[in-house]
Amino acid sequence: MKTIPIAVLTSALAFVACTKSNRTLIQNAGSDTMLEVAQALAETYGKEVSGVSIAVKGGGSQVGISGIIDGTIDLANSSRKLKPEEVEAARKKNHEPVEHHVGYDGIAIYVHKENPITSLTIEQLKQIYMDNGKLTKWSQLGVTVTAGMSDEIILISRQSNSGTYEYFRESVLGDKKTNFRLGTRDMNGSKDVVDLVTKTRSAIGYSGLAYANAEVKLIPVAKKDGEKAILPTIDSVLDKSYPIARPLFMYTVGQPKPAVQQYLDWIKSDAGQRVLVANHYPPLRKL
Amino acid sequence: MTLRHTDTLATKQTAPVDQRDRAWWLDFTAKTVVFFGGISAIIFIVSIFLFIATQGLDFAVHRLNWADFFTSPIWRPTSSPPQYGALALICGTASISLLAMLIAVPFSLGAAIYIGEFASGKKREWLKILIELLAAIPSVVWGVIGLHVIGPALVNIFHIDIGLCLLNAGIILGLMAAPIMTTIAEDALRAVPDTYREAAEALGATRWQVVWRVVLPHARPGLSAAVLLGIGRAFGETIAVLMASGHAIVMPTSVFDSVRALTATVAAELGETAQGDDHYQALFVLGVLLFGITFVINLTADRIIRGSRRQAT
Repeated sequence: MKTIPIAVLTSALAFVACTKSNRTLIQNAGSDTMLEVAQALAETYGKEVSGVSIAVKGGGSQVGISGIIDGTIDLANSSRKLKPEEVEAARKKNHEPVEHHVGYDGIAIYVHKENPITSLTIEQLKQIYMDNGKLTKWSQLGVTVTAGMSDEIILISRQSNSGTYEYFRESVLGDKKTNFRLGTRDMNGSKDVVDLVTKTRSAIGYSGLAYANAEVKLIPVAKKDGEKAILPTIDSVLDKSYPIARPLFMYTVGQPKPAVQQYLDWIKSDAGQRVLVANHYPPLRKL
Repeated sequence: MTLRHTDTLATKQTAPVDQRDRAWWLDFTAKTVVFFGGISAIIFIVSIFLFIATQGLDFAVHRLNWADFFTSPIWRPTSSPPQYGALALICGTASISLLAMLIAVPFSLGAAIYIGEFASGKKREWLKILIELLAAIPSVVWGVIGLHVIGPALVNIFHIDIGLCLLNAGIILGLMAAPIMTTIAEDALRAVPDTYREAAEALGATRWQVVWRVVLPHARPGLSAAVLLGIGRAFGETIAVLMASGHAIVMPTSVFDSVRALTATVAAELGETAQGDDHYQALFVLGVLLFGITFVINLTADRIIRGSRRQAT
């Protein structure tokens, strides 16, 4: 019984000490794609450097970007570049957004592990996912339909305001004006896409490379017909041979304050980049 | 009666105004607090409606093509140009609710009849407690059951490609709505006076004949109200539907099609829209539509219950 008041006392003291010391708090929020790696970065950095704690929140790239526009957070994670109108909105409030490139993300094409397909081209992916595209059956791709699998391609996509959805539309369907086929199953998270593909024999889905596991199959993708199809890996994203990969950014308002600048420098250093690799995100350069 | 009598006497003897003593103030305070508690529901419902309506008003009046909204199944809010056709979403919600009722009505009516007319003593008490517990299961838990239990089961039983479909959402929503419907239906059965049952039994009717020929016809308005409230519950459910339906914009032609509900669309898309833009406002128009539908359903249920009470007295 005696230990309880002591515990309360020490924790209260610790709390007071924390708030009174010069510990710096960095508010970091944004992209869901980057959430896991942002948490891993914050954790590792907290162990290496004392006096700084980093509060990480998800919510989607839009949440981070709104935070930069309103100047309410120190560091925004975004899986897409700011749009011109967003830069404009931030400048109107005297918040000049500054972009920091911190790593890459490969968008992998997932199918069920028993699906015999061996490769796809960007053009085929476009015809599969595009509105009025020509490919709707696995047999059209030369796949022999096995037991328990139907010929119809079950399309799994993301909700229409996800950064991954936008990126896939621009890089695979061609531009912002091309529409996805109606009737895709729209999942609300990167992991949900992979989970549903795991359970659905005739499904195809796209999601971050970091969400791959042993229960699904990743399909090598070729830029054009006749070119070599490349399997998405950290290396193939790094040497730019894998065609569907995007840069990941962090944004600050104006030039960052010293603590944030040190954190960003650390993320870009080998120590920080190794955390990215450990979480299956391609780093800025070969380590 | 006597109390009121002395009261009037007292007021006649002393001044005609109230005596503002401690009891008077206590009475006044209690009355005021209870009054605000009572009208708070009205205040909340009116302000919520005004909030939803005004958020989408500008877009709804000036830029939304209402003909497309109700007749086009193409919902592409982030395309350029954006398309706001809600027909597939409306059909999604309606078909899920209909299927849910097909599943829930036999279950809940059966349960209500058993509890109200056949079960007795401890068995009856236990059943009532369990059904109330069933109603208290959070909807996200139902969603997980749809995703990980019913989905794979449907794939195995029917050899379909994907278990997240209309049937899955219908089963989940049916199970979710059944407990509330059972409780209301049982109240309706209990409201039938015992003298009716005794009269029928005295004429030699069996237990089932009493239920079928006497109790059910008499309780019909209450039972319809139970079904309507169940539909209202099904229309408004969000997260379980989002998880179990497959969330695909499809005009359903079979129970194995994936569908998308109005509520699920708002839940999935609102978080990442910029506040005030057209997409944000369009989602609030969906909100008004949902609000309107559930309002009409609940109002109808209420009228039916009231009507039946008036008939009974």
